[in-house]
Amino acid sequence: MRTIQTQTKDDEGFTMSGKDVALYDQFASEARSYGVELTEASPGAVADAIADAIEPPAIGTPLPWDDVELPDCVETNPTPADVEGAVTGVTGASLAIADYGSVVLEMTAAGSEPVSLFNDLHVAVLRESDLVPDMAAAFEWFGERARESRGSAIVATGPSATADMGALVQGAHGPEAVEVIVVS
Amino acid sequence: MSSKRDSKAAHIRHIMETEGEAVGTNTRGFNAGRYESVAKLEDYEALKEEARAIKADAIERLPELVEELTETVAENGGTVYVADDAADANQYIAEVCAENEADRLVKSKSMTSEEIEVNERLERDGVDVVETDLGEWVLQVADEAPSHIVAPAIHKSRAAIADLFNEQFDPETELETAEELTSFARERLGELIQDADVGMTGANFVTADSGTMALVTSEGNARKTVAVPETQVAVAGVEKIVPSVEDLQPFVELIGRSGTGQDITSYVSLLTPPVDSPTVDFDDPDTPIAEGDTDREFHLVLIDNGRMAMREDEDLRETLYCIRCSACSNTCANFQSVGGHAFGGETYSGGIATGWEAGVHGLDSAAAFNDLCTGCSRCVEACPVGIDIPWINTVVRDRINTEDDPPVSFLVDGLTPDAETSGPGLQKRLFGNFELLAKLGSTFAPLSNWVANAGPVSRALEAAAGVAHERDLPEFQRTTFREWFEAREAVPPVDPDRKVVLYPDLYTNYMQVDRGKAAVRALEALDVEVLVPSVPGAGRAPLSQGMIDTARDKAERVAATLGPYVDAGYDVVVVEPSDLAMFRGDYERLLPPESFEPLAENSYEILEYVYGLLANGADADALNVTDGETVAYHSHCQQRTMGLEEYSTAVLDSCGYDVTTSDVECCGMAGSFGYKEQYYELAMDVGSNLEDQLRDADCDHVIASGTSCTDQIGDLLGEEPTHVIELVAPDGGNA
Ligand code: SF4
Repeated sequence: MRTIQTQTKDDEGFTMSGKDVALYDQFASEARSYGVELTEASPGAVADAIADAIEPPAIGTPLPWDDVELPDCVETNPTPADVEGAVTGVTGASLAIADYGSVVLEMTAAGSEPVSLFNDLHVAVLRESDLVPDMAAAFEWFGERARESRGSAIVATGPSATADMGALVQGAHGPEAVEVIVVS
Repeated sequence: MSSKRDSKAAHIRHIMETEGEAVGTNTRGFNAGRYESVAKLEDYEALKEEARAIKADAIERLPELVEELTETVAENGGTVYVADDAADANQYIAEVCAENEADRLVKSKSMTSEEIEVNERLERDGVDVVETDLGEWVLQVADEAPSHIVAPAIHKSRAAIADLFNEQFDPETELETAEELTSFARERLGELIQDADVGMTGANFVTADSGTMALVTSEGNARKTVAVPETQVAVAGVEKIVPSVEDLQPFVELIGRSGTGQDITSYVSLLTPPVDSPTVDFDDPDTPIAEGDTDREFHLVLIDNGRMAMREDEDLRETLYCIRCSACSNTCANFQSVGGHAFGGETYSGGIATGWEAGVHGLDSAAAFNDLCTGCSRCVEACPVGIDIPWINTVVRDRINTEDDPPVSFLVDGLTPDAETSGPGLQKRLFGNFELLAKLGSTFAPLSNWVANAGPVSRALEAAAGVAHERDLPEFQRTTFREWFEAREAVPPVDPDRKVVLYPDLYTNYMQVDRGKAAVRALEALDVEVLVPSVPGAGRAPLSQGMIDTARDKAERVAATLGPYVDAGYDVVVVEPSDLAMFRGDYERLLPPESFEPLAENSYEILEYVYGLLANGADADALNVTDGETVAYHSHCQQRTMGLEEYSTAVLDSCGYDVTTSDVECCGMAGSFGYKEQYYELAMDVGSNLEDQLRDADCDHVIASGTSCTDQIGDLLGEEPTHVIELVAPDGGNA
């Protein structure tokens, strides 16, 4: 859980034990403004944090980092039937954009796109070091990748939403709730 | 002619009654959200400029970018097809469906696909086409057309959607709330997406360097449309291409803010199709998706359909910069009252629709609604790529005028001595030749006022030229402002701080003479030498009627008259904001730079000028200073677009007034618009918002800056407001 409080008004923030606190705070407050819940966890505690966050049944795609793992309660090789039956989908996020509260979800051959899309709750796992300040930085990163590997990604901000039925509703075709586990 | 105007009035009335409320609430909400959201950006103006520069470059290099993109997509494993027109595009898409033996195609929202009417074409082949955007689906079920380019079902209330679903689908429990309606639609559409064979999307942008397309959405249906079926078809106008992925950044930051007032929408999909994600085959529920098919098929159908010709058309070209954010719809006072079912053509709606419809469907489609752009210019600052939308409307109006047969009427020759080679109808020519009307009116005042407003003449004017009989025509003054100025016995300041030519615009000269007198008093009290020479009308009136030749003729004469004064060190001060907007803006298109630039640089709005004098040390005590009297102020639309409202409020503040300002985009009158029989009710509907604000403010004074606003507020409140300068000028009796 988060313990460090911001103690400065300095725009550039300050760094405490390798963390850019101002950047993190900005991301957290923007993401929360869309109703996204955030949980911080050290690499060793990530599996437990995910287990706490999910509503079963849960499906997921393997996380791309060596030091963090999904808990056993997440089905990591889901079938279309699992996709239909699950309540929660867990995927990694490649990047997050502080001033928008957005996470960037790259499409993988393991199926991160359907796993993050079809269920009511999407749990995104993000490394704090993958936080960038703004959209320009995000596109610099993605531009290189797109030209090299011709990959695809979704810049996701909050849950899916619609105003087409006469009022704002969260949870349209995509998830109605999003939670971000920040690995720090 | 008159019955055509009657049926137009009836159509507008019907739309206002049935859809006006829902459209008004939604568009005003979006517009307020835009102001709030763009204010959070560190440098909004710079971002807009960047976006515009990217578009300008992309359209300039379009043929080359089409080629580059075609190669890139082929490298990626997809196909680009450049379709000449709608039929060509539809034929290609139909073949893709046939080859895939497609029974069902699911779609995410795409205006371009509406433009080519691909649904109808595929349905003829027996393909089940399903719109998955909730708003579009509502319209598909209701068999109605979109009323807004971003929020297509904006004209339907929740209750109307509930009635529609309950009747159409007869659900077990009646649907009522927005949540219930949404989850019902999600379920139903979810099933239809599961066994779709082809997914069709639009594209907000496509990058030539990597073949990445950006889709700006919120519901997640576009993601499903791409993720589930094996074959993806994307339909995009050729103008959607930008050179590189990094170019997407300013657009991603601007599009949601400009449109619906969201900093960013839930999902910005950056897809480089065919995408790497395995298909999800719900017919094979037990094979893990990671073992699913990744051998996807992708077709990018780039639509020309008139766009390449628009690119060659100097005046329509900027339409291709449009990113279809809808800001110009939401910010438009007329659109807020009627929505896209009145303010729209075959496919597109809102201010820029004139350019799109003229370019892709032809002048007839644009002609049906082009009059609804009054040239108020509020959309110009809202447009994220800085398109001069009113100019596009003016040009298309001019072209429509030229297409129309010249009217045969005895009135025309006398009252309409314009430079138009052919065509605008009598109503347009009457309003366009306002200068002559004003001269005659003044010469024969007060008789002319009495006659024009008397029952029979007022009715005759309505029948012949469509002047709404409800309106009192402007009251002409027997002694013009210039005549007063020449005849007065004032001693000019001995050693003036500055020298000014006060431009005797038509309204100030012939009708609102008091505001001219007040301007002279105020300037002289602040030690300025004032001249009021004879200068022709600025050409605003003909320009607003699409009579560009006549307007250019006026502009040339104005520049020829004022030029020597400017050379001699005089500043030009203008009372009527719409005329200042001509000098500073429209003249750029009408005059060579050597005539335009000096005039634009040395022209000031009267309160802007007074503000400058005060800021440079002049003493506000020379003006009419009060102690806390309250003022309700409605700034003129074009004045606000020029960023001049704050000078008026600052001067009022310096003079001790307590100011409340309106925040409606336009008073509704907008030049001659509100005088026209067929638009009178719409103009009054637009004005009703202003009326509410002015009455709520409950101030000692109501003031305005523009003549049309003055007339409109007079009709709304039953009492004419005065001009700002009349309030702050020192008292001079009527001298
Ligand atoms: S013209 Fe400008 S404001 Fe209007 S929709 Fe296009 S981009 Fe948006």
